Amino acid sequence: MAPTDFEETQQMAHQVTTLAPKPERATAGGCSASGCGSKPDKLAHLPEAIRAKVKDHPCFSEEAHHHYARMHVAVAPACNIQCHYCNRKYDCSNESRPGVVSELLTPEQAVKKTLAVAATIPQMTVLGIAGPGDPLANPERTLATFRELSAKAPDIKLCVSTNGLALPEMVDAICEHNIDHVTITINSIDPEIGAQIHPWIFWKNRRIKGVKAARILIEQQQKGLEMLAERGVLVKVNSVMIPGVNAEHLKEVSRVVKAKGAFLHNVMPLIAEPEHGTFYGLMGQRGPSHDELQALQDECAGDMAMMRHCRQCRADAVGMLGEDRGAEFTQDKIDAMEIDYAAAMQRRAAVHAEIEAKRQAQRAAPPQTPNQAFISVASIPRRRAEVPSRSASRPLRVAPLRVAVASSGGGLINQHFGHAREFLVYEADGRAVRFVGTRRVDAYCSGGDTCGEAETALAGTLRALEGCEAVLCSKIGIEPWDALEAAGIAPNGEHAMEPIEDAVAAVYAELSANGCPSEHVADAALSA
Amino acid sequence: MAYHITDGCVNCWACEPLCPSQAIQAAKPHFVIDAAQCTECVGDYAEPQCASICPIEGAILDALGAPVNPPGSLTGIPPQRIAEAMAEIRAR
Repeated sequence: MAPTDFEETQQMAHQVTTLAPKPERATAGGCSASGCGSKPDKLAHLPEAIRAKVKDHPCFSEEAHHHYARMHVAVAPACNIQCHYCNRKYDCSNESRPGVVSELLTPEQAVKKTLAVAATIPQMTVLGIAGPGDPLANPERTLATFRELSAKAPDIKLCVSTNGLALPEMVDAICEHNIDHVTITINSIDPEIGAQIHPWIFWKNRRIKGVKAARILIEQQQKGLEMLAERGVLVKVNSVMIPGVNAEHLKEVSRVVKAKGAFLHNVMPLIAEPEHGTFYGLMGQRGPSHDELQALQDECAGDMAMMRHCRQCRADAVGMLGEDRGAEFTQDKIDAMEIDYAAAMQRRAAVHAEIEAKRQAQRAAPPQTPNQAFISVASIPRRRAEVPSRSASRPLRVAPLRVAVASSGGGLINQHFGHAREFLVYEADGRAVRFVGTRRVDAYCSGGDTCGEAETALAGTLRALEGCEAVLCSKIGIEPWDALEAAGIAPNGEHAMEPIEDAVAAVYAELSANGCPSEHVADAALSA
Repeated sequence: MAYHITDGCVNCWACEPLCPSQAIQAAKPHFVIDAAQCTECVGDYAEPQCASICPIEGAILDALGAPVNPPGSLTGIPPQRIAEAMAEIRAR
């Protein structure tokens, strides 16, 4: 197969990023048929009901996360299980990871905070309760918050994350409170493996330990998943990848949860630094490398939609996925705010319509760069065209191209290299461009008196970008430019303000046309 | 006859809603058990609720001052096996 049509390549990219398990197809979505001449709606393959649920949900749709924001309110402190990657001392303001919060809120405070954020950040479409403990182990606090919000802010989607232990008994309440997105963390379906991750649970007023505890947890999770799927609640499954413990096993987890109706599987890397004080951190359990994580995600993707844009955010995060604007919404600041939510809701609706129009236009517009990024790949004169084994059906370039992108949202390359707190990583081959993950970094340039540490920060960024051949950004300074080049990563500011996937495709085409290191290696191997 | 919370407590709130006698209060620097109200859950539950959900070894002491969850009881790794377990985990 030699797909050269841009349509087709785009569609293939969608299949790898947002494939839904359900077989029905939406009739809406316009231009997904080939020959239409515009880019298809990435969610077009979903049934209309699901499409409506995910199209502006940053955590359930990779495309939506470029445009919409989310927030978590920390109303649920208590937890009913122990995970070896979790430290129950959660009140830290300087760390960014799941389970960490700055201040615990009462349901009343949480409602006011949510309305304040929704009024200030109209792109915020989703309110989640994700801890810092287990939301369903704090049912009164969690449900009181949802009850108030579904009455006061009907334009906000409600979500909850849970370890699943109390899920089956809470399914009715979840449905009654209009919560239509649930995330269950499922790290194993084998009690022997589960016991290595979760040493104990609190169950029916007793502490249960070891394999027996893991068996109960797994049964409850699976039962909860089935019950939610039956009622049409959208379920995402999160799994923490722990090398040497459940890494291999997660392929089976992925198969099973998909069969039971999970919409999306999110395999996240273990975070286990000694300074976090977790069991794994203190015992020296390692997390997976970027390559190990991506390889596992790729293997699981054969079975279902995979999520790769998760930022493993705090239980009180506010803003777009890569950012945290929590500091703008501390209790004292919220107390000082007067919120007219009816007016805010009108403004929000206008902003959402604007975003949707922009997304529509982005899909309708032809790529800004040499049209045909992929068409040109196929038509590039081959340097070794005379080698018959490498003709027509093979793209010129052998290895896929992996590039890092600096973006502050909107699906565009629109961020200065030095301001990026994270990079989006994309892979391109002769057929498709696909999003494969994110790499977090410390901002290289904060413009203040921390500049003395800039060298260290830049070194950290270079490490985070390991394995990428190029980095696309809106602008870049000369010092990091030189450092990137020295590290074998091509800095590239030529695609500023272009849609990310078009730009990645164009860079792939350029590099293929000019030849590339992996090509030379392949050539050498051929002539040897 | 009462339990006692030590400064090992991380203020995670897990125990507070479970106490059948409302003997536990959020306080600084850490939660406290009102000795006058604590019944050790006798008559309500087979096991003391606070100590059954507390995630921190040694954070709750019984009436004799002994930790209800001694070292190794929650991680599942007895102190004498720590070095060995660490070596196993680091080899992953």
